[in-house]
Amino acid sequence: MGFRNMVRKLVDIFTSLKLTIVCLAAAMVLIFAGTLAQVHLGIHEAQQRYFQSMFVWWPPDGRGFQIPIFPGGHLIGAVLLVNLIAAHLKRFRWNWRKLGIHLTHAGLIIMLAGGLFTDLFAVESHMQLANGDTRNYSEDMRETELAVIDTSGDDLDQVTAIPESALRHNRVIDHWSLPFRIAVRNFYQNSRLKMLSQAGEGVQPIANQGPGTMIAVEPVTRATAPDERDVPTAAIEILPKAGGSLGTWLVSDALGAPQTFEYGGHTWMITLRPARYYKPYSVTLQKFTHEKYAGTEIPKNFASKVTLIDPERSVNRDVLIYMNHPLRYGGETFYQAGFQKDDSATILQVVHNPSFIAPYVACVIVAAGLLVQFGFHLVGFSRQRRRAMA
Amino acid sequence: MKRFLPWIILGVAAACIAANWLPAKAAKDEFDFGKFGEIPVLVGGRIKPLDTVARNSLLIIHGKQELQLEGGKRLSAMQWLTDALFNAPVADQYPVFVVQNADVLGLFGWQQSDRKYFSFAEFAPFLKQIDEQAAQSDKLEAVQRSAYQSAILNLRNGLSLYQRLKNSIQPEDTQSFTAELQRFANSVPGAATAARQRAMGENFDKAKLDDVAQMIQRYERLADMAYVLAVPPLEPNREWQSVGNSLLRSLGLGEIQVIVAEYAVLGDAYRANDRAVFNQQVQLMTDWFAKEEPKTTKRASFEFLFNRLEPFSQSMTLYVLAFLLACASWLGWSSVLRRSAFYVLLLALAIHTFGLVSRMYLQERPPVTNLYSSAIFIGWGAVIVALILEQIFKDGIGAACAGAIGFVTLIIAHHLAGSGDTLEMLQAVLDTNIWLATHVVAITTGYSAMFLAGMLAIIYVVRGVFTTSLKKQTADSLARMTYGVVCFATLFSFVGTVLGGIWADQSWGRFWGWDPKENGAVLIVLWCAIVLHARWGGFIRQRGLMIMALFGNIVTSFSWFGVNMLGVGLHSYGFMQKAFPWLVGFMISQLALMAIAAMPLEKWRSFAPAHVPTRGERPQISPAPSAG
Repeated sequence: MGFRNMVRKLVDIFTSLKLTIVCLAAAMVLIFAGTLAQVHLGIHEAQQRYFQSMFVWWPPDGRGFQIPIFPGGHLIGAVLLVNLIAAHLKRFRWNWRKLGIHLTHAGLIIMLAGGLFTDLFAVESHMQLANGDTRNYSEDMRETELAVIDTSGDDLDQVTAIPESALRHNRVIDHWSLPFRIAVRNFYQNSRLKMLSQAGEGVQPIANQGPGTMIAVEPVTRATAPDERDVPTAAIEILPKAGGSLGTWLVSDALGAPQTFEYGGHTWMITLRPARYYKPYSVTLQKFTHEKYAGTEIPKNFASKVTLIDPERSVNRDVLIYMNHPLRYGGETFYQAGFQKDDSATILQVVHNPSFIAPYVACVIVAAGLLVQFGFHLVGFSRQRRRAMA
Repeated sequence: MKRFLPWIILGVAAACIAANWLPAKAAKDEFDFGKFGEIPVLVGGRIKPLDTVARNSLLIIHGKQELQLEGGKRLSAMQWLTDALFNAPVADQYPVFVVQNADVLGLFGWQQSDRKYFSFAEFAPFLKQIDEQAAQSDKLEAVQRSAYQSAILNLRNGLSLYQRLKNSIQPEDTQSFTAELQRFANSVPGAATAARQRAMGENFDKAKLDDVAQMIQRYERLADMAYVLAVPPLEPNREWQSVGNSLLRSLGLGEIQVIVAEYAVLGDAYRANDRAVFNQQVQLMTDWFAKEEPKTTKRASFEFLFNRLEPFSQSMTLYVLAFLLACASWLGWSSVLRRSAFYVLLLALAIHTFGLVSRMYLQERPPVTNLYSSAIFIGWGAVIVALILEQIFKDGIGAACAGAIGFVTLIIAHHLAGSGDTLEMLQAVLDTNIWLATHVVAITTGYSAMFLAGMLAIIYVVRGVFTTSLKKQTADSLARMTYGVVCFATLFSFVGTVLGGIWADQSWGRFWGWDPKENGAVLIVLWCAIVLHARWGGFIRQRGLMIMALFGNIVTSFSWFGVNMLGVGLHSYGFMQKAFPWLVGFMISQLALMAIAAMPLEKWRSFAPAHVPTRGERPQISPAPSAG
């Protein structure tokens, strides 16, 4: 078989209607399986394994030998996208009768591409505010970071944030802005902390500095419920670049306050905290309201009245964020997502999604396309019918 | 005669319905429970007539809207409620609580027998035990509970609802509430003086203070217990109150609110078995409400009427009748029976529509707000599309589909109503008429169309395989109908799904979150796309289309109910374990039909064996339109 033949065959495959149907069917199987999997894995985990992946792997737990057992969402989506585009490039001929079909598929291309783009580039985070609180950052719902803060500056603290992914592999981290290296000795994805005195015989602390010397760490399985998050914990050793060791600290998302130590005449703080996204503006919560229907516990409305201050763009205004009415500002959108149990604080979801407009455009185009297409059918059908009746 | 038969059938059906609707006039010397049931109260965040409270409460506790006593005597929901409100010792003896779980019965040392209804009096000694057991299962998610745990929790909820009902208007142990209120009103000024004296350090009458303190405690308890908020606000834009709260407020106002006093007289008359005073008092209160709260009273009266007319169960009967007529039309007398079916369907649809619109008026919402109303709406939409098909094709098929789907969806709705108020208030995130009117309506219209396509396929397969009545012409028009309906379903499912995404983007900040209900919706869209592409590509013909439409039933039922049973996600508003076997049963039946349809055509009675079709004669749809 010549090279030409092979190319032609490949083109045939990628432009075939059969491939479309196979992809759609595979998508159905995948979505069905992924939906059922949510019962045990939780929405986030199932989404990662089934929909935001090239393959679904088995066994699923990510250690040792794995085989792909089914194409994942990204693969099916990508093949479908290629199939759509290729088929249209090959067969495209302008014809009014095909207007509906062209519109529908053009809309679908926008939608699929937008979906892929969102998957890759959208960032979701949370901002939790008690009445009167001001924040200029939002926090990631899952990722944590190790923040190393030099507090010796007059006005400003110098923060070096090390992402969780760099901590996972127990490596030594060497960053140019720090006069020391950080060796990760133990890392727990999800953990529970206990006082050493309650942990039973023979349990050793993993740190020799700070409160970590009195704490026992117990690894637990990863959180699956949508409102739970992992509690990562690590033991880190500070190694001055000049040599020697300052000791080992326990850092954990479950520890509240940062820990401090002295080195080179500076005071340093270290803390493992939810990863932060800083903004060039700040948000202050004026008031959170939570209304219920009279005589019931059914929520009627949640609303957060906030003040938005952006000195650079000279913005200082009050905004009401409530159900179905988010605040869109600076490429980000703030939604009323939840609240602390006793209404003491509001939780805003902050989403940065550069392609949020794609589905809106796509929806209009596809709906118009379907209307035109089925409209043609209907007109043709009733003409035929009239002829048959006559 | 034959010409008039359709009109005669329609007339008889209409007459039967009208007879059901004639109000049963209460005899002069009987308690007028009907009129009492029109009085508005606030329960579950919504103003509704007492009749609705009675029906829903009895439905939750007893599983029915009517109570049958041991002697065979029947009590209406309002009769039961009136006893519970005013004559608790009597109501305590009624066997209303359903317990079928042997483990729950064993908890009280009772053996399982043929009796499944028990009275409050029988449970009275075990209340604490029931509470403890229920508290344990309350900690679990609904999915994790065992049968025993669900049953004990149900019992506890029923008992607590009943106890709250009993203490809604008056403390359940009151002998004469009028006298009690009189005493309260008289002693308040004296107690106020005593309290002032005590505060000033002067001599004060301790007995007077203690007496009122005791009553305050009593009414605080009453306010805590109350299920019904019976006292309308004094000024507009304030909230309704329970009798207990109103009495506590009376301390400051210095007077007892009119409606509380009226209720007291009513209750005392009821206990004294004084029908004349009771009826007179009900009239007095109705007039008072009509004058003071004209808008709410009007709505409550309408809801009362709506309850009494039971439009959905009336149209359910008519749908069955129409279905039978349409099926019979395929056997003989076709034009007459078909027309009869069509007329009956129009009547059923009119009543169905009246019910749907009434609910929209009562709730001031678009038609679909919960699972119950989705069933009502799916039926309604499918019946309309099926009637249009019938009007075009005039072969009884549309009529049969309309009858079958109308009946089945209303039966489903009937069983979904067991959890109480079907006009419940909406969670904050759903409180937006624009999205309910667009996204939800589009999605449910898509479901309607999918089920209609599935129903057409069922008719095709059943008539084709088991009868000889599927002629080529009928088969062709069935295929054309199915194809058209699938196109319709594609359009609505797609638009509905994307509108849902846009709503999600508006309220949660992501267009798509792989939430089970979203996935269910997209499964339907994908399936429609597969069917249409397979058809355009020539991979399937008539029979293939039918088999795929049958599978569409499975996909749609999974999307409508199946995903709710998973108990995860933001949309899991109606978790129903009980429906699970039914859902599985339905899916299996559809698979079986698909298998039957996949048999070689020679085995189909309509296509064989008198003449075995040659390839050219095989049923085919008109040549596929050109497609990309």
